[in-house]
Amino acid sequence: MDLTVGPNAFFWPAETVRAFYAALADAPVARVVIGEWVCSKRLPFWQDEIPVAVDTLLGADKEVALSSLALITLRRERKLAADLVRVGLPVEINDLSALIHLEEGTPFWVGPMVNVYNEGTLRWLAARGATRVCLPPELPLTSVRVLAETGQGLGVAIEVWGHGRAPLAISGRCYHARLHGRAKDSCQFVCGDDPDGREVETMEGQPFLRVNGVQTLGHHTQTALPQLADLRAAGVSSLRISPQISDFPAICAHYDRALKGGSTAPPDLAGMDWANGFLAGRPGVDWAVTQN
Amino acid sequence: MELVCPAGTPAALRAALEAGADAVYCGFADETNARNFPGLNFSRPELAAAIDLAHARGKKVLVAINTFPRAGAEPMWHRAIADAARFGADAIILADPGLLAHAADRHPDQRLHLSVQAAAANADAINLYAREFGVRRVVLPRVLSVEEIAAITPEISVETEAFVFGGLCVMAEGRCSLSSYATGQSPNMNGVCSPASHVAYDSAGGQQSARLGGYLIHQRPQGATMPYPTLCKGCFTSRGETGHIFEDPVSLDASRLVPALARAGVTALKIEGRQRSRAYVAEVVRAFRAVVAAIGSDTPPPAAALARLAEGQAATTGAYAKTWR
Repeated sequence: MDLTVGPNAFFWPAETVRAFYAALADAPVARVVIGEWVCSKRLPFWQDEIPVAVDTLLGADKEVALSSLALITLRRERKLAADLVRVGLPVEINDLSALIHLEEGTPFWVGPMVNVYNEGTLRWLAARGATRVCLPPELPLTSVRVLAETGQGLGVAIEVWGHGRAPLAISGRCYHARLHGRAKDSCQFVCGDDPDGREVETMEGQPFLRVNGVQTLGHHTQTALPQLADLRAAGVSSLRISPQISDFPAICAHYDRALKGGSTAPPDLAGMDWANGFLAGRPGVDWAVTQN
Repeated sequence: MELVCPAGTPAALRAALEAGADAVYCGFADETNARNFPGLNFSRPELAAAIDLAHARGKKVLVAINTFPRAGAEPMWHRAIADAARFGADAIILADPGLLAHAADRHPDQRLHLSVQAAAANADAINLYAREFGVRRVVLPRVLSVEEIAAITPEISVETEAFVFGGLCVMAEGRCSLSSYATGQSPNMNGVCSPASHVAYDSAGGQQSARLGGYLIHQRPQGATMPYPTLCKGCFTSRGETGHIFEDPVSLDASRLVPALARAGVTALKIEGRQRSRAYVAEVVRAFRAVVAAIGSDTPPPAAALARLAEGQAATTGAYAKTWR
């Protein structure tokens, strides 16, 4: 089992992105997916960092793939997806429409925003050329087991959401802009003010969700560590670690130690609330399993 | 334009047909469809009889099998497709690529529609589903504006169906785990969103509250209208601001946009509400029959009947009007 770093969900300044991927070159992760995943409006502000990061990461012997957007609606966004497959690096599709640009049989990866819930869909994707699939975060372990076994038969590596706030929803509407009394088209990029998303609490003050532009995340950080032995036994090949603004090198190191037999408790980090309910077949927000 | 109407029960199906539906959509009473609510939907004999009844009147029945099969349990969904096809369903509405591949392979003559749960939000996605599985119609996601729909239709060869009335998802449909985050049950896996089994109402100190999975979603003074605690229409707080961060408790009413949707090339209009009573269904269908009849004429459609039926008495045109964003 190894670690895959997923695409960054948040809108960070270009220099932050550069420092983040430079540090990742030294992290104990096998591969990195990079690209704008959430909102195409952000891309011009940091796209020049992508080739820099790709060179840095390839130079550090990481596998690197480019991510498509998770919701493609505009002509400009469709063109971005078409351009992506011509770069020559593996592409991780997070919206099925990106597939239309890939010649049948071209290998590709599938991200957690594509609905792979069952063997039939996994077989169809494998026949089209999928070699690596990160399963949707809401799937329970019972489904993961079946899909990991099917994946092994098909030669498709199966990844599970290992660490990070779960991507729960994506919309045509920007909630960050809405919180500032603006529409998506006049957002003034306010999501950039919140490098870890904007907190949403219940009216009773319970931390609950995070707004990240057009995306909604869970407030609680999902961790698969307590279920690591089950995932390994199921034949899951990688854990996906989702970028966050603070402590990321330490987080990667902690998960790497866990894979090598170290503690499967979540990393000891200030200010983080943990959850693992989805894998346990419970509400995702629950802390359902402490160890196995 | 074809008017596609909801039926949660055989009685609602008859009511929809009598009120002027061109087609009725419904599903089996299990987790194969995205309105898997207690006491709702059709048994096998009920569906067979419903299709016969509709066909005798020259109308169509579309069968929704639009959840994502549970890994290891696909045969249940495959049986649903085989039965719907055998009973003579005019189309089967599917969302899952694996199921679409199965249906295209095993039931090549069966007409397939792409469910809104597949969230095919651009021409490339629609063309992909048409090319790979031969889908003949796509139900458009409710994240698109009328202008975007008008840009899509010339680029595709399949029919389009657009929601015009009823419940409104503000997130891309079929790609939302908010419900399972709070309750463990989701539209994709279980065919339910914010399920009633996880809802609790209470009142204290002159305030009534509605919770989902224990989380406070609405709180209003005693006696005020209490909306159902659907997560994306809940009232939350962010940095001292309290309000409906995602969407107010409104429902969709795009009746005024029907002429624009027709110009945009939309083939069929869809009314949400398989969980609604037959009286509601009949009233909405009659109102939309008049809206469709008024297309291209100088007579404006009657708006009052629909306004009264909208959830919480408030309605929106949703993403169809770009300002919604």
